[in-house]
Amino acid sequence: MHNKSVAELSRELESGKISSVELTREFLDRIKAEDRQYNSFITVTEDQALADAKTADEQRAAGKASVWTGVPFAHKDIFCTNGIATTCGSKMLANFVPPYDATVTANFRAAGAVCLGKTNMDEFAMGSSNESSFFGAVTNPWGLGNGEKRVPGGSSGGSAAAIAARLVPAATATDTGGSIRQPAALCGVTGLKPTYGRVSRYGMIAFASSLDQGGTMARTAEDNALMLNVMAGFDPKDSTCVDRAVPDYTATLDEPLKGLRIGLPKEYFSDQLSPAMEQQIRNAVKEYEKLGATVKEVSLPNAKLAIAAYYVIAPAEASANLSRFDGVRYGYRCDNPKDLNDLYTRTRAEGFGGEVKRRILVGTYALSAGYFDAYYLKAQKVRRLIQQDFVNAFKEVDVLMSPVTPSPAFVQGEKTSDPVTMYLEDVFTIAVNLAGVPAMSVPAGFVDGLPVGLQIIGNYFEEARLLNAAHQYQQVTDWHQKLPQ
Amino acid sequence: MQWDIVIGLEIHVQLATKTKIFSGSSTAFGAEPNTQASAVDLAMPGTLPVPNEQAFRYAVMFGLAVNAEIGRRSVFDRKNYFYPDLPKGYQTTQLDHPIVGPGFVDIDLDDGSSKRVRIHHAHLEEDAGKSLHEDFDGMTGIDLNRAGTPLIEIVTEPDMTSAEEAVAFAKKLHSLVSSIGICDGDMSQGSLRFDVNISLKPKGSDELGTRTETKNLNSFRFMEQAIAHEVERQMDILEDGGRIIQETRLYNGDRDESRSMRSKEEANDYRYFPCPDLLPVVIDDAFIESARDLLPELPDERKARFKEQYGLNDYDARLLSDDARIAAFFEEAVGQGKDAKLAANWVLGEFSARLNAEDKTVLEAPITGSQLGQLVARIADNTVSSSGAKKVFEALWNGDADNADAIIEAQGLKQVSDTGALEQMVDEVLAGMPDQVAQYQEEADPKKQKKMLGGFMGPLMKASKGQGNPKLFNEILVRKLGG
Repeated sequence: MHNKSVAELSRELESGKISSVELTREFLDRIKAEDRQYNSFITVTEDQALADAKTADEQRAAGKASVWTGVPFAHKDIFCTNGIATTCGSKMLANFVPPYDATVTANFRAAGAVCLGKTNMDEFAMGSSNESSFFGAVTNPWGLGNGEKRVPGGSSGGSAAAIAARLVPAATATDTGGSIRQPAALCGVTGLKPTYGRVSRYGMIAFASSLDQGGTMARTAEDNALMLNVMAGFDPKDSTCVDRAVPDYTATLDEPLKGLRIGLPKEYFSDQLSPAMEQQIRNAVKEYEKLGATVKEVSLPNAKLAIAAYYVIAPAEASANLSRFDGVRYGYRCDNPKDLNDLYTRTRAEGFGGEVKRRILVGTYALSAGYFDAYYLKAQKVRRLIQQDFVNAFKEVDVLMSPVTPSPAFVQGEKTSDPVTMYLEDVFTIAVNLAGVPAMSVPAGFVDGLPVGLQIIGNYFEEARLLNAAHQYQQVTDWHQKLPQ
Repeated sequence: MQWDIVIGLEIHVQLATKTKIFSGSSTAFGAEPNTQASAVDLAMPGTLPVPNEQAFRYAVMFGLAVNAEIGRRSVFDRKNYFYPDLPKGYQTTQLDHPIVGPGFVDIDLDDGSSKRVRIHHAHLEEDAGKSLHEDFDGMTGIDLNRAGTPLIEIVTEPDMTSAEEAVAFAKKLHSLVSSIGICDGDMSQGSLRFDVNISLKPKGSDELGTRTETKNLNSFRFMEQAIAHEVERQMDILEDGGRIIQETRLYNGDRDESRSMRSKEEANDYRYFPCPDLLPVVIDDAFIESARDLLPELPDERKARFKEQYGLNDYDARLLSDDARIAAFFEEAVGQGKDAKLAANWVLGEFSARLNAEDKTVLEAPITGSQLGQLVARIADNTVSSSGAKKVFEALWNGDADNADAIIEAQGLKQVSDTGALEQMVDEVLAGMPDQVAQYQEEADPKKQKKMLGGFMGPLMKASKGQGNPKLFNEILVRKLGG
């Protein structure tokens, strides 16, 4: 059963071939047996999951089931779960148990899905390799067969690795600069970062508020659509959430792609991309041509400025967002503080990891008197130019396609000493967050036995078109079905 | 050397919304600590602010009441600093795009002149919680009930030149925000808090001196004292050839002392930037008009009406119109009779004195406007003398009866105004005082004659058992004696 998709498992449950309790136990057993080598979970909620599964079976028996009733999945440990530890990958919140649900969490609960636990992540979602987690690095299931411990990408590395290892069929994730797409690409699963404002951020612990967006991760595009059906929609608790009708994202999966206009941003096929990676992406585009799509080169002239702008805006917002972790009300507090200043400085020095501190320092600096105009304001101007690039591109084409990453999963420790090299992991994904448009990562081949992700970028609120494009591709390819050894 | 005093004010006004500016928690004062603090107020991870529409409406009402431009695109910023009673580590406030732009307030001064004080802007922001330094044995307690209470911070231009003007402005503002219903006006609970910026410059100079800010004055008396204290402090320094340091000071009203809190060099770099959790709020014409419809009569409008409608002088009209509750009490009293001037005298005289003596507000007074009005009507129609009326007022205040007529009846305070009966009494008394009558009639000086009338009044009041109408006695006496 663990190789089946959410859609398939839902049908199995509906047919009565298996109960949710049996299914839940199967996945829990797999986590117990295998996750030692991946470390993809921070918390496994066995008792709660089995209780929820039992409730789900009762609901299904009573004829009150939704697609999700009784289907196991996991939450990235950035989504607050009422009564269940929510750590955000940090020592700062290692002891934090929220007394409330994130809206996303509540939505899955209402849909009857069975949460098996909370997946590992880079601390406060800051990282591209899942090596900055206080709970230890996550290991990519791909490459392990050769004895290599490779990164799963980040920050949603736990969700991606757990799905790739078939420990869960689906998991929530978040994407601030590529944190869904990059790990999905590196782990060979399918992920979607929706339009900014499509999914509520309430209860999703903030990294950079104007960029953070909750999204989906599963093996198939269809499962991503099923997840988005649960997650998308207006939430009065989030002022930045958009009040706009939510379509049934599964309804348009089977639309033919004939006439789909694909744009290839020339800036994303630069020399940063290895020839082997480029070949895989070009092959995928050829498949789309076979499906009736047309292809042209387009330009995102300001894309090269995206990383620089991002590493001002995101740390600036983070420096304020993370001020609340002060040891006063919840979370980590240093032992025996001498006075208020000692409480603050030691709590934060001891509670935050290195990458988080680096970004707080960068952000604090960028917002400081005398620097604000040159950094923050300039970066916001660049951001508007980048948004305009996408607006212009979508006047000519329906979707943009590119690689997700410059290279496949790298070996753990390879980039930890050089933050800038690590930041360049997101060179193809970051502009999307600055613009706020939706984008997917779809498995599209292998280089050296490691998965390659195709990025499909859409216009604002055109998630359905992306899912349709990804689903059609997955009808004629089987990259997303490949299993790590 | 002669100095000009330059004063500008910053006023924090708590808005009387039922719930907080970014959460649904109650803003009621006095609850057990931390019982009115939700996950949002506690800045729990992942929680987000949702703006309270009523706070915007109140802010717009304030803007309209001070003749200000309304900011059509209102943007929130984060002001970053660490403090235990600031849960998020930043205050959500407005920097560059406040909801209320430039406006003005006209104040009346005691010499009868009036002065315009310009409002620089007013912005919406959230209040912090409270740090409780007592009762925790060397530790500090944090109460977040107040955290997130909506405030408008009003910033004036440095247009005031004396403590008198500053206090007059502060009182006017207090009356304004109370009377339009956007603030409960309770200064003892911190509903209005004043920061005073003061500098001195050589008389007539165009160049402003270095200023200090004295924070958190929550009574008019302390404000007046603090300004006097700071002006004197700065004057001493300047006259000794010293320099004023730009700094924030705290004034201790009980000891009439102030001390430096922090200097400009020590000031925080607040690293303001637009809050990414809140979108800009667009204020459209319809919203402004709906706010305008909610505005009651403003004190300045009311003052003009009182002068026009009741023929009051400027001074009485101002005293009665500033506070909406006093104005309402006065109008209720006038409603019972025709003599508005007499009603004004009683409201501003006996009634106000009694409130002050017992430290009560109008709402706490044991008598109503209509009760006082009935008494005023009885004075006006000569039913009761003014000395009798004081006894009636006393009895009403003490709750001896619920209306003036009953008290007049019970205490026998009714004046005899039957001229026939009065004339008879006058005749009898004059007949018994032939010497005094002769003296009066021989006196050539009308002033002295007038004085001598008093000599007949005592026996007359005695003869009438205190119930004769003194005015009528007087008339009859003059007629009979003058012959």
